[in-house]
Amino acid sequence: MSTASLVPLPIVLPLFGAALSVVLGRSRVAQRAISLAVLAAMAVVSVALLVEADREGHVVQVAGGWSAPLGIALVVDRLAGIMLVVSTIVLLAVMIYAVGQGSQDQERVSFHPLYLVLAAGVSASFITGDLFNLFVAFEMMLAASYVLITLGGRPDQVRSGMTYVVISLVASTLFISVLALLYAATGTVNMADLSVRLAEVDPGLRAAFSVMLLVVFGIKAGLFPLFFWLPDSYPTAPGPVTAIFAGLLTKVGVYAIIRTQLLMFDTPEWLGTTLLWVAGSTMVVGVLGAIAQDDMKRILAFHIISQIGYMILGLGLLTVAGIAAAVFYVIHHIIVKTTLFLVAGLVDRRAGTSRLSEMGGLVRSAPVIAALFAVPALSLAGLPPFSGFLAKFALVDAGLDADRWVIVAVSLAVGLFTLFSMTKIWAGVFWGERDSEPTRAPLVGGRLGSPVWMVIATGGLVAASLAFSIWAGPLHELSLRAAADLMDPARYVDAVLGGRP
Amino acid sequence: MSIVLALVTAVLFACGSWLLMQRRLTRIVIGIGLLGHGANLLLITAGGPAGRPPLIGADPIDSLSDPLPQALALTAIVITFGVTAFLLALGYRSWQITTDDAVENDIEDTMVARREADGPEGPVDDGEPTTSEIGEM
Repeated sequence: MSTASLVPLPIVLPLFGAALSVVLGRSRVAQRAISLAVLAAMAVVSVALLVEADREGHVVQVAGGWSAPLGIALVVDRLAGIMLVVSTIVLLAVMIYAVGQGSQDQERVSFHPLYLVLAAGVSASFITGDLFNLFVAFEMMLAASYVLITLGGRPDQVRSGMTYVVISLVASTLFISVLALLYAATGTVNMADLSVRLAEVDPGLRAAFSVMLLVVFGIKAGLFPLFFWLPDSYPTAPGPVTAIFAGLLTKVGVYAIIRTQLLMFDTPEWLGTTLLWVAGSTMVVGVLGAIAQDDMKRILAFHIISQIGYMILGLGLLTVAGIAAAVFYVIHHIIVKTTLFLVAGLVDRRAGTSRLSEMGGLVRSAPVIAALFAVPALSLAGLPPFSGFLAKFALVDAGLDADRWVIVAVSLAVGLFTLFSMTKIWAGVFWGERDSEPTRAPLVGGRLGSPVWMVIATGGLVAASLAFSIWAGPLHELSLRAAADLMDPARYVDAVLGGRP
Repeated sequence: MSIVLALVTAVLFACGSWLLMQRRLTRIVIGIGLLGHGANLLLITAGGPAGRPPLIGADPIDSLSDPLPQALALTAIVITFGVTAFLLALGYRSWQITTDDAVENDIEDTMVARREADGPEGPVDDGEPTTSEIGEM
């Protein structure tokens, strides 16, 4: 059996798992076993695909045996392979955390199937080589996320869920419109084929397509000025769901931006400069928004936005080093951001609130949580020797090579504000005395102060981010190879269309 | 693209966008529906002029209409249908909770804005903003 036949598995496995999970909905034990088994299998398949993609360059499988561009191509290149591996690791860790938590939201019958559909949507977005299929993958992911975000049916969830659903629907409608116009102009929706045919289209029209796709994916990724929905909606979801949204969903948007812009368009200089402006504004607005907040989860949600700016900064440089740094940053960010939200869930559970003004003194009553928070927080702020420092160093280095001094200065200043914000959380949550009685009774259990599997899952991700620092060299080399592929769309086109004239 | 279809698409997009700006979820749902129809119509017209049914062998190839945009539009219709149903359920849930389907301001945003208005030394109010305060924002 060749590795290429593994390509559909990251989509097919979780969908079958979801179906099975619905059928066995009466038994929570069976649902948990299915979810964990499916995600573990996905992780193994993803690693195999990444290894193969790194050896071959591209692993292509065309659905139905029709040759591209008629069949729907599924393509794993180095970037898609990296994203698959990181996302399945994170999905698995969060599932372990959710099982360990075992609270009411996870006890609902629909949680496990929806989570698996979300996993399938995320994998499909990374693998697909067809723009319409990307739309379907997005919808699969979003439909699952709509239900997950409103799972409890509480008033605040309904209120923020409305904003989230409406905004996502508008983005999807725009996506369909762009697809229609692209089809009218080129007569294809296969990305490799589009890459060839768009080169023959009028440059002005091409620029319009490029910007329209940037807007569509910018809404999903939370770019300035399209980010406003994000901090209102993410924090209201159940803890593990917020963690997975924060870690993965916006990054799928970033992935789509990187993929479409570099593969289908020749990314002229002005687009790079525009991207740098967008990146700078996203960073600054996100970090300033975070400073105004009092709720721990909302502070972290605003930091997602500012961090997205860093990734777009790497893309906007339009050099191999810059894009490699962006890819490198995405790996670091997915792991660290998910960990921070998992810790926020632990804090919320332990303190009975997530407001800084109502908490305090957790460093004495729950030292394990404090340790689990410290590592990813310092990493997010970019302090050596943690992963955030290495990722930012790669970006700054690439920025200086490209003589983009202003944006590098902005990114460093934003790093300082991030540190301030993390210090604020630390001082509010872990130091001092509790300021007022919590609205909910805190849950304390076991010697660790939290259920043991929740701590293990969070600790696992902390260990993963430390491993990122240790193996930063090989990972950066891999990112560089991925970036070299991305900067040369002809390789992708050849792999998919197979030298078709 | 026929001029009539182009005009219909434009009108659907315009009405949909206007309805989207409203505060009531029912209007927003109708707006989303109109926008979806506009997008689907755009997808259909992208396939070129209407032709014979795309059955190979029944008619000469060049007189057939392009089947791909129709398939794409069908997929998009199904997705919009499902999500609109979910949005309606959400509106019903909101009506159950507040007996209203207006999309409310975010409570945290309101609190940050109010803290700003009170100044750093201003009164600290831990209560959630009331509906009338949300209405004023």
